[in-house]
Amino acid sequence: MSKTKVTVIDYGVGNLLSVQRGFEYFGASVIVTADPKKILEGSRVVLPGVGAFGKAMQALEDRGFVETIHEIVNRQIPLLGICLGMQMLLDESEEFGITKGLGLIPGRVVSLPTVTLSGETLKIPNIGWNSLLPSNQSSDWNKTLLQNISSGDAAYFVHSFMAVPINRSDRIADYLYGGQKISAVIGYNQITGCQFHPEKSGKVGLKILKRFLLQ
Amino acid sequence: MKMECGNCVMQFGVFNLRNIRLIARLDVKGQNLIKGIHLEGLRVIGSPNEYALRYYCQGADELIYMDCVASLYGRNHLSEIIRKAAENIFIPMTVGGGIRSVDDATQILRAGADKVAVNTAAVSNPQLIRDIARSFGSQCMVLSIEAKQISANRWEVYTDNGRERTGLDVVEWVKRGVNLGAGEVLLTSVDREGTRKGFDIELLKAVTAQVSVPVIASGGMGKAEDLVEVVELGSADAVAMADILHYKRSNIVEIRAIAQAAGLGVRHYEQD
Repeated sequence: MSKTKVTVIDYGVGNLLSVQRGFEYFGASVIVTADPKKILEGSRVVLPGVGAFGKAMQALEDRGFVETIHEIVNRQIPLLGICLGMQMLLDESEEFGITKGLGLIPGRVVSLPTVTLSGETLKIPNIGWNSLLPSNQSSDWNKTLLQNISSGDAAYFVHSFMAVPINRSDRIADYLYGGQKISAVIGYNQITGCQFHPEKSGKVGLKILKRFLLQ
Repeated sequence: MKMECGNCVMQFGVFNLRNIRLIARLDVKGQNLIKGIHLEGLRVIGSPNEYALRYYCQGADELIYMDCVASLYGRNHLSEIIRKAAENIFIPMTVGGGIRSVDDATQILRAGADKVAVNTAAVSNPQLIRDIARSFGSQCMVLSIEAKQISANRWEVYTDNGRERTGLDVVEWVKRGVNLGAGEVLLTSVDREGTRKGFDIELLKAVTAQVSVPVIASGGMGKAEDLVEVVELGSADAVAMADILHYKRSNIVEIRAIAQAAGLGVRHYEQD
């Protein structure tokens, strides 16, 4: 594989090393940087994220990343949002009041359900491995980062809020939590968001990272 | 619910069922993976990352690294080991032992850990739980508790790897820790640790009944059936395993199969 250059947006969140190592595993050169200009040097861009939506959006704005991210999309550079980075792709979030997101994928971020369909209590945050399932009968994973993934393959999730895209076509994969469908992968064209952590989802996650390099 | 979904539900058994997590726990002293009984009498097992890689390949859902002398010496030496592990291990890693500040946590997370487990420093400074949760999110802040039974249905919190008593009641402390922002609880029974006698079910019951966050059962797993028991009766969300894996009395492939056969939800994992 040629040396694809991946840039990872560093706006002061937790573990970025694993994302870096995941791409390096496939021979990519990875730059983790807080400098928006350097981010634009990448041929693939990753928006990671853990923590609170409002705080993270503020951090992106303070560091001048919001414009950069829109520029990335305009230039059709493949963009991968992970976990909170995926949620920020949407219009807005209900976490601690309504906070504006990046507005790249129409929809909203809301709380995970706290009870199952049959009324049992669900734990929040959801921490653990869940099977990925096609969102719609028409979902074609072949054109997405899930090209080499089979329905049922499990990925590692840790979250309390979930993305709810408005357009059905933006929903690529879901998982079931208490019997309810939760968005696991969303996106269109060069934009993809993963609610789970591909860099922490073993071989399944690595296949997704590899696909992103080849996209 | 649509049919396409119904099929998957049947196939993977995930409907209304939360997958439990199978976690390999690695207690480390200096550069060595060690194992004790009641957290004492530590025996050297080998290189922590050799074992970590083996468990990753077997399909462990997560790893926990514990620097078991860190509190004694006041610092965590695991950063280098974790940094190395992050090169070829791609599952969540929790690191504990001697984490006393947000800066300590930052250092560990930058080395490739996803969560920090805090025990001793949280007891002496409960505000640390809130500080870590606010800095990195609750999902990053694991409250580690070493519990010793003191009477029927009462357990006391110990620190410094089971050496120091605190006078704190385990259930009360867990509730407080979760209120302060702990997103997960690692609950180790010092009484059962290393004994292979099975988990302290009553301890798990007492704690899981009181908190809404996931609880990891640790200490005492002698056989795969013990895991089934602590999940079914103690409502554990995850199980930490050490002795049973290190001494190869079983392995994660076999344990996963037994858990699944018993009707527990486990991660769908395909062996190479």
